[in-house]
Amino acid sequence: MDRVPIAKIGQTLFVSIQIELQDDSVLQLQEDLADEISSTGARGVIIDITAVEIVDSFIGRMLTMIGSISRLFDAETVIVGMRPAVAITLTELGLSMKGVRTALNAEKGLEILNGRS
Amino acid sequence: MDELPIQSGDDVVRVRQHVRTMAAGNGLSLVDQTKLVTAASELARNTLVHGGGGVARVEVVKSPNGRTGIKLHFTDSGPGITDIELALRDGWSSGTGLGLGLSGSRRLVDEFELDSEPGAGTTVVVVKWSR
Repeated sequence: MDRVPIAKIGQTLFVSIQIELQDDSVLQLQEDLADEISSTGARGVIIDITAVEIVDSFIGRMLTMIGSISRLFDAETVIVGMRPAVAITLTELGLSMKGVRTALNAEKGLEILNGRS
Repeated sequence: MDELPIQSGDDVVRVRQHVRTMAAGNGLSLVDQTKLVTAASELARNTLVHGGGGVARVEVVKSPNGRTGIKLHFTDSGPGITDIELALRDGWSSGTGLGLGLSGSRRLVDEFELDSEPGAGTTVVVVKWSR
């Protein structure tokens, strides 16, 4: 199983998913992010999925849950860089990703996080 | 016809990659490739989690009017599905999921067939046609 690295810049954690996601990697990321937010006190998380070719119901649910978990630590999660084909497929699949913020790209995601403080 | 085992999370990833390659190589648009690979991911996970593992078969098919399609078979010899109609309903789940795996993947493909009997395993066959 590959692990997704987490980088901290200022008050924000950056995650760029560059691997082919399997269920265990997403679960691991969820745990790693919860640990990282609680130990660093980060206020925001940006998850860049530009390189992710598909988001199925499991991956989508896990990303939404990361948003809910981070909120328990008073941190906001923004998913950025979703591909158009992924957005169309997710919608048809019936997954609304309700509960997690999304933005076009990392820059817009940072604007959302900065506007929050 | 290519046959791939589904016994682990890595196998699910391999099925996705193989379906992507076949779909891209046979004229499916990027959106249609993404829909088919997403459906394959849902169905392969079902085979692994609910069916206790099984196999995926991938083949290229031709329609009578000359269109090319990708046909996927997912077969397991798990406990089977007691109420197929219920299992295909949005939001129904036997486990901890969202219940979108079967119903959602049916929306992502052009043809969808589910055969299952309690105790005799489950087979799902789907087809996505190029436009």
